[in-house]
Amino acid sequence: MSARQTRLDRKFAALQSEGRKAFIAFVTAGDPDPETSFAILSGLPAAGADIIELGMPFTDPMADGPSIQAASQRALKAGQTLEKTLAMVARFRAEDDTTPVVLMGYYNPVFIYGVDRFIKDAVAAGVDGLIIVDLPAEEDSELCLPAMEGGLNFIRLVSPTTDDARLPNVLENTSGFVYYVSITGITGSAAPDVSKVSDNVARIKGRTNLPVAVGFGIRTPEQANAIASVADGAVVGSALVDVIGETAKNGDKPATDCVARVLTLASDLAEGVHKEIQK
Amino acid sequence: MDGQNSYRAGPDEKGRFGHYGGRFVAETLMPLILDLEAAYKAAQADPAFEAELIDLQTHYVGRPSPLYFAERLTEHFGGAKIYLKRDELNHTGSHKINNCLGQILLARRMGKTRIIAETGAGQHGVAVATAAARFGLPCTVFMGATDMERQKPNVFRMKLLGADIRPVTSGSGTLKDAMNEALRDWVTNVENTFYIIGTVAGPHPYPAMVRDFQSIIGKEVREQMLDREGRLPDSLVACIGGGSNAMGLFHPFLDDSDIRIIGVEAGGLGLETPDHAASLAGGLPGVLHGNRTYLLQDDDGQIIEGHSISAGLDYPGIGPEHAFLRDAGRVEYVSATDAEALEAFQLITRLEGIIPALEPSHALAHVGKIAPDLPRDHLMVMNMCGRGDKDVFAVAEHLKVDL
Ligand SMILES: Cc1ncc(COP(=O)(O)O)c(C=O)c1O
Repeated sequence: MSARQTRLDRKFAALQSEGRKAFIAFVTAGDPDPETSFAILSGLPAAGADIIELGMPFTDPMADGPSIQAASQRALKAGQTLEKTLAMVARFRAEDDTTPVVLMGYYNPVFIYGVDRFIKDAVAAGVDGLIIVDLPAEEDSELCLPAMEGGLNFIRLVSPTTDDARLPNVLENTSGFVYYVSITGITGSAAPDVSKVSDNVARIKGRTNLPVAVGFGIRTPEQANAIASVADGAVVGSALVDVIGETAKNGDKPATDCVARVLTLASDLAEGVHKEIQK
Repeated sequence: MDGQNSYRAGPDEKGRFGHYGGRFVAETLMPLILDLEAAYKAAQADPAFEAELIDLQTHYVGRPSPLYFAERLTEHFGGAKIYLKRDELNHTGSHKINNCLGQILLARRMGKTRIIAETGAGQHGVAVATAAARFGLPCTVFMGATDMERQKPNVFRMKLLGADIRPVTSGSGTLKDAMNEALRDWVTNVENTFYIIGTVAGPHPYPAMVRDFQSIIGKEVREQMLDREGRLPDSLVACIGGGSNAMGLFHPFLDDSDIRIIGVEAGGLGLETPDHAASLAGGLPGVLHGNRTYLLQDDDGQIIEGHSISAGLDYPGIGPEHAFLRDAGRVEYVSATDAEALEAFQLITRLEGIIPALEPSHALAHVGKIAPDLPRDHLMVMNMCGRGDKDVFAVAEHLKVDL
């Protein structure tokens, strides 16, 4: 829709010219605490993350499974707010000007922050795109249209229940990339069926030139590899967040151990996405 | 409403009541709620649907529920003439069954084979489990673990009725978390499952649909009052959790501008404390569970748990149509505290021989505040939307009585 090239457009163009797929890493901002969370965010690009999805914690994440619910609760308990999440992106941007950051979450905290103020502050912080789970195409006037106007990409979820009649409406105001939800369900549930995902990615690509990334249910480097072979990118969230949850549990020395373990898993997943696609 | 001079015109085609309502759901659910909306429209146009519902209301629920002149209560307060709409006499003990039967008939029309629901106090859960048993459909009820502890009799009733009860430990383990879990289930089981929401909340078309099924309450009151007194009532009072019994009573009267309409929220330990569930008095507009409405929340848009002595009123939101009616100034919204409700509970039990649920005890507490100052020819209707069997243990505890 917009003629401006965004960080996401540039990233996907670069990946495509190298014949690579995108590894998209999801973590929740402020989980398990602000400093550890920043260290993870800061280390993700070197670990191989091409794009970062940063969760904005919310008390009532109704599309998320237990892993990401727990991540939200840890972050909120540690004092995370939307203002702090934006500050965290700004701090990241000061050291990394190329890795796109997409904020993912639910509408209420943004609505309370104020839509116009949020868009302005998000752009200033260096946020590239938004995924707002509870804003379907029917509610585009709330945030999608003003955000796109303001220079942010608005990444829409397409699901297995989005039929061909509905798909064009869903894609109409989508930019940056399309996020295909590989299963009907919540984050962190069953592994997707690769052949079904493949058919659906093809279906979406028949209607748009945007890259299509796939997420929900991808946990291992092998699954990431299989999904990346049929899409432009693979998103992994719950598996990474579970590592934070495990290390955060053994209280005394979460920080160093936690960051290293999350980044190790991220490297393995990145390798899975980036290595020769196995046909 | 914009450009229309009826308070009964909403929602618009986007499911909005003014600014409120809407369809704030994940893409996976969007096609499902569009299907539901289409199926509901078709059912409304089909006389066979209405006939089946009326038959059940008459012979299974026991409608119409009486409109009872509470003589001793009236004498006690010494002012307005107080009538009780006796929906506590319905099968299963509350107004919740009115909505459940409507929705389960719709589920059958849509070919759905599995029912899910959320419940707080367990009254909606019991009504859903009852309807599911009546129609032989498997039923899963999500209930906060904290609420299960508070409402053991209803948990057991649901089990007897064959429902699968899923304790919800996420979040704070109460009604809003049960609703999150039900939505998570629905998003996972999109093909066969029908979600019966228990109040006038959720994404469009739920707020309008639940209101329509509950409006039988107000329609009956209109007829019954005309019969009894030859005129319409002067005021209506109902308690508000999500707001379904209140919308059911209020809606048929919204355009009768002379009628004073009052909704009573749960004031908990008092509005000056953080421990209440008065979303209109103490909340701000926001978006939760598929709609925009007033919500108890902090500066960061995080939802705050409501508190009430009554597990049926502690929802941190309120149906979007109430938010609209409040902003429009058509309905007055007030609150009653735990202590006031407890006192009203005992008063009516002794004066009228009616043990009310703690929810309508809040409405009664407000009746007690205004009735004495009203003239003796003022006709007031209070919605007695539930009976107190489920609450006797909790009340004993509050009164420090060992059973
Ligand atoms: C008897 C009774 N009244 C009222 C309510 C509150 O719901 P609503 O405001 O939707 O009528 C409940 C909810 O459990 C209830 O059981």
